[in-house]
Amino acid sequence: MADRKFGFDTLCLHAGQIPDMATGARALPIYQTTSFVFDSADHAASLFNLQTFGNVYSRISNPTVCALEERVAALEGGRAALAAATGMAAQTAALLTLAKNGDHIVAARTLYGGTYTQFAVTFSEFGIDTTFVDPDEPESFRRAIKTNTKLLYAETIGNPQLNVVDLAALAEVAHEAGVPLVIDNTLASPYLCRPIEHGADIVIHSATKYLGGHGTTMGGVVVESGKFDWGNGKFPQMTTPSRGYHGVIFHETFGDFGFTMKARMEAMRTLGPALSPFNAFLLLQGIETLHLRMPRHCESALAIAQHLAADARVAWVNYPLLPGNRYETLARRYLPRGAGGILTFGIKGGRDGGAAAGVRFIEAVQFLSHLANVGDAKTLVIHPASTTHRQLNEEEQRAAGVLPEMIRLSVGLETLDDILWDVDQALATASR
Amino acid sequence: MIVDDIVGLRRILSQSRTLAVVGLSANWYRPSYFAAKYMRDHGYRIVPVNPTYEEVMGEPCFPDLASAKKATDSPIDIVDCFRKPEEIVPLARDAIAIGAKVLWMQLGIRNNEAARIASDAGLDVVMDRCVKIEYARLMGGLNWAGVNTGVISARRPLTSHG
Repeated sequence: MADRKFGFDTLCLHAGQIPDMATGARALPIYQTTSFVFDSADHAASLFNLQTFGNVYSRISNPTVCALEERVAALEGGRAALAAATGMAAQTAALLTLAKNGDHIVAARTLYGGTYTQFAVTFSEFGIDTTFVDPDEPESFRRAIKTNTKLLYAETIGNPQLNVVDLAALAEVAHEAGVPLVIDNTLASPYLCRPIEHGADIVIHSATKYLGGHGTTMGGVVVESGKFDWGNGKFPQMTTPSRGYHGVIFHETFGDFGFTMKARMEAMRTLGPALSPFNAFLLLQGIETLHLRMPRHCESALAIAQHLAADARVAWVNYPLLPGNRYETLARRYLPRGAGGILTFGIKGGRDGGAAAGVRFIEAVQFLSHLANVGDAKTLVIHPASTTHRQLNEEEQRAAGVLPEMIRLSVGLETLDDILWDVDQALATASR
Repeated sequence: MIVDDIVGLRRILSQSRTLAVVGLSANWYRPSYFAAKYMRDHGYRIVPVNPTYEEVMGEPCFPDLASAKKATDSPIDIVDCFRKPEEIVPLARDAIAIGAKVLWMQLGIRNNEAARIASDAGLDVVMDRCVKIEYARLMGGLNWAGVNTGVISARRPLTSHG
């Protein structure tokens, strides 16, 4: 008899967490311990040799953290996952497992600013170069691929441009070149899009956003599909004895979760950005209602986008599922259940222009929170030109997709009419 | 019968005690050694089968299944194959001859003809799965490596040791 294929909602509550072996506790126990005793010298040797599965030290694995890892792997339809202290840490562990000094990345030009800087500055200083290309044109990725290219990188929904990428087309380009497609799925969450189903090989999350969902906790997760052929000759680090782990050949020994094991035993163990068990617990609590929260985020965001589009004080509104949006077709294909809770808009400039009106709007809102995060249960608002992107001049801001008047809303779970009321009264002040 | 579901794999792993590991390497960092050592640490008896060695993991190693069977006082339950797909058909016949109950082809190995031969003789057949990974997936331990085990249950796990 075939195993039952459980639904997404069931996985949100159960995947990765059977009752505690020791106590029968139904809720996830927080194993707040740095280390785990060995049963014997031979057990210790087997653990260090990776001949048995088990916990040694919470920098490498922890029973509370692994429940989060397995749950996110299950939600994404992946084979295995590795959690990290933040989304940026997860990305670092994933990418340094794929690329080293002398290697090359092809990435979408429209990336979250932290990721852009990680590639353009930090990885560049490690000797890993990135070519940034137009995410609307899969061909631009193909043209940028070189013999030393190790991965293609994009976001399901770009931040803050809210552009949607053609995942299947990018996967085809990546696989023709024998490299994995790495997708940051943070703004969609696996409820709205599972990139592995469209050909992605590795999925990265800032769990800080919708997965955790309550703005309490930093965390990141890397998911491996289990489908990429690491034995294709382009990844000797997977198929030859590991220098970082006494001769283990990760692809041969661990098969379709070899990438995750390598990232765990080398990158996570030696770079050290482990997720705390308590944070894993909080993120898991969030995931238990992911399937209830995401539809509401999406419904309210679309309603607010439509409301703003009909408001004479508003110059433009950007939400992928808004009729006529440049990414509407791709959004309907890849995000049929909703395009997430984030939208951007610009207020018509008065005498002092749209940027000044944007600042006035931010200062006039009553309960929308002015801060630099997205994916909280509460509605968040920011004016990128005067905050996250203020170190750039206007020309650089425009290149990054940030117009002077742009306001970004991360729509929360409050009463929709109340959010609309706050937006409306702030618009009145801003447009005065 | 080809077994590929959780209930069937659990039944095989809980009813079996002795594994003949065909192609077991004496090098500690080879996958076959990992798997055999793990299974021995979890209570299974390992009978190494490999013409290259006389002893592996401190156990006598036999050139083939027939001589392994002759020298082993307990029944051989699982024939665990770390051999190329094209070498599995004769192993299926040998497994039938020694009265094994399960023909198990390791990760990456499938041979439909061998599966049919063994199934027709009443053996359970597992293909393209690692015995160690399946044990850890279903009895506990693999989850600690962040792997999606597919196990959804509100029952406490049976074993206390990964």
